[in-house]
Amino acid sequence: MKIDQWLQSNSFHHSDFWDVRQLVAEKEKQNLKISLCIPTLNEDKTIGKEIVIFRSELMSRYPLIDEIAVVDSGSTDKTLEVAANFGADTYFSGDILPEEGFKRGKGENLWKAIHQLTGDVIVYVDADITNIHPRFVTGLVAPLIYQPETKYVKAFYDRPLAFSQGIRPSGGGRVTEILTRPLFSLFFPELTALMQPLSGEYAVRREVLEEIAFPIGYGVEISHLIDVYTRWGLEAFAQTDLDKRVHRNQATRDLGKMAFGILQSFLNRTQQLGMVEVKTEVSKILRQFQVNNEVIEQNEITILEEERPPMKTIQGYRNKFGLTD
Amino acid sequence: MNHFPESLPELEKRVREHQDILLANLVMMSETPASTFQEQNRVRFLLDRFREAGLDHISDDEVNNGIGFLPGPEDSPSVAIAAHLDTVFENTESHALSLGKERVKGIGIGDNSLGAAVLASLPYLIQELELPIHANLWFLGVSRSLGRGNLGGIRFLMDNTQQKFDQAICLEGAPLGRLNFTSLAMMRGEIEVEVPDEYDFSRFGVMGAIVHINDIINRILEIPRPSRPQTSVVFGSLHGGNSFHELARRATLRFEVRSESDQVAGKIEKRIGEIIEEVRSRSGVEIKLTKIAHRSHGGISYEDPLVQGCREVMSELNIEPKIGPSMSELAAFIARDIPAVTLGISNGQRINTLEEEVEVEPIFKGIAQVLGVLMSLNRYGDDV
Repeated sequence: MKIDQWLQSNSFHHSDFWDVRQLVAEKEKQNLKISLCIPTLNEDKTIGKEIVIFRSELMSRYPLIDEIAVVDSGSTDKTLEVAANFGADTYFSGDILPEEGFKRGKGENLWKAIHQLTGDVIVYVDADITNIHPRFVTGLVAPLIYQPETKYVKAFYDRPLAFSQGIRPSGGGRVTEILTRPLFSLFFPELTALMQPLSGEYAVRREVLEEIAFPIGYGVEISHLIDVYTRWGLEAFAQTDLDKRVHRNQATRDLGKMAFGILQSFLNRTQQLGMVEVKTEVSKILRQFQVNNEVIEQNEITILEEERPPMKTIQGYRNKFGLTD
Repeated sequence: MNHFPESLPELEKRVREHQDILLANLVMMSETPASTFQEQNRVRFLLDRFREAGLDHISDDEVNNGIGFLPGPEDSPSVAIAAHLDTVFENTESHALSLGKERVKGIGIGDNSLGAAVLASLPYLIQELELPIHANLWFLGVSRSLGRGNLGGIRFLMDNTQQKFDQAICLEGAPLGRLNFTSLAMMRGEIEVEVPDEYDFSRFGVMGAIVHINDIINRILEIPRPSRPQTSVVFGSLHGGNSFHELARRATLRFEVRSESDQVAGKIEKRIGEIIEEVRSRSGVEIKLTKIAHRSHGGISYEDPLVQGCREVMSELNIEPKIGPSMSELAAFIARDIPAVTLGISNGQRINTLEEEVEVEPIFKGIAQVLGVLMSLNRYGDDV
């Protein structure tokens, strides 16, 4: 599929789906069940309003979502208490599929959610969005509801628009523009059409989620994109412009850690696909430096991109969902 | 003895069952900036809510008031329920809100996002809870209330509507228990002192605008203020100069004269004008007095059926009434001889600061209180 053609047919703006009543009617016609998963770690400042907005607008007023679950990595603040108070189902990730153990990381929460939640579609929305709005869900599930061939819908937030100084760049984050998009340009040119490949908001069909592996850390998004692309092609994706997303801005040092994890996952995937050959064992230690009282100090940070296998291979999951093939 | 169709504490519980709707409205209302004269986005949100609740006569007007109508039984009185939509904060400030189990924090939350959110929620609640309210209800989200707005929205509406209101209930976010049914005489003014470029410092001595403002403040404080009728002068804001070492060329004082007597307020206003004339002629600086807002004293009595209904509802809900005068929308209704009260919804702290917050739990009681007052109109229907 050509990128231009895909951009025409599979890129949306959330306002394309303003009619939530129609969306619900279509969802009910297809007998779809939709689950919302919010992965958390110490998000008590923002989780409360996310829950009330989604419950009020997309459960009480318009029954688009069938369940809201917060899957937590072990918050030490009041995240779970606040979320439960406002009506979300709350889970500690370690309590889900306990026989599989517990690993700390966002990808772990996303993976465990596939087992815990029952929807045909799972929408993942980060918990740190300060300008939360129902569009963060409606914009992502609508392409799945209206287009049966679409399997994975990604959010983006700054669609290129004509403005006074010309054309805006795509508005991906710093890691996207200096790492992910160059890597995609080298190895998966069609995936460059995804405006914000690392955005934490996406909606995916269960039939896809249970087939793909989940790195537990920073590499989960890039791995998903490569896995879905290599298996189902660009046409499996759609993306929706959700306008503005206000969230915590990360320090450059933290982005370095993110980039390190993403690069590990990318190398793993491209090696598995036979696209690159790494002839040495790569280090799992990120080295960052700082000057403290005119002394240069080294920080060694171990970032190990562990990976969970496709959920379909987990016996507990197969039992729960009655998989026999 | 319970005079209401159902126990009000029970009603409070039923209101709480809809907390997601109420709090979502509060979040979305609060996060929609609405500085005075810039309320259009809040009006749009409010009217969307009115549409979803199936109200009639949904409209906005040229000053950004938003209106919806829920008809009652035939021959019911017409009751206006009003909340001002504007806040004192600029639209460029971050309006992100934080919702905790006990408190909700965000600028403008108490004054008056909470009142506006309750206004947006009432049509839904009244219908969902199937409450017996024998009144034609007009829901008014009014603009241009605060500061220089000078109740511009509600005054425009009252001046231009053909609709007659028999009673009015004004909603303010805080505090719970607030019960206003009188309006103070008030004059809100701004005094600007400017030292001209050609000012002769050798002749008049080395004094900048701040010293002259200070002189004016001291002279205003010397004006006798009677304790009966209760009268006060509030200095709300003072700005002047730009640095440590240069004389301030400009200074601005914002103040308010409040009194239980129109006559006393008028006398103080006149005296302030004279003080400004004296300081101007003695100093040679330019001084301008601008009247920003004005209210007349008025109100209804403690025994008025509307006030009586409010007191009974508060008693049923164990709310301690905090009785006092108000200068909110109430004044515009009272000026037109429409019996009106102002009610608060929850307890708030640090109102009109960047750390503004309100308590979550009392909100449900505050809403049950408003619904109780609306139901109490049934009892006094013959009196209006």
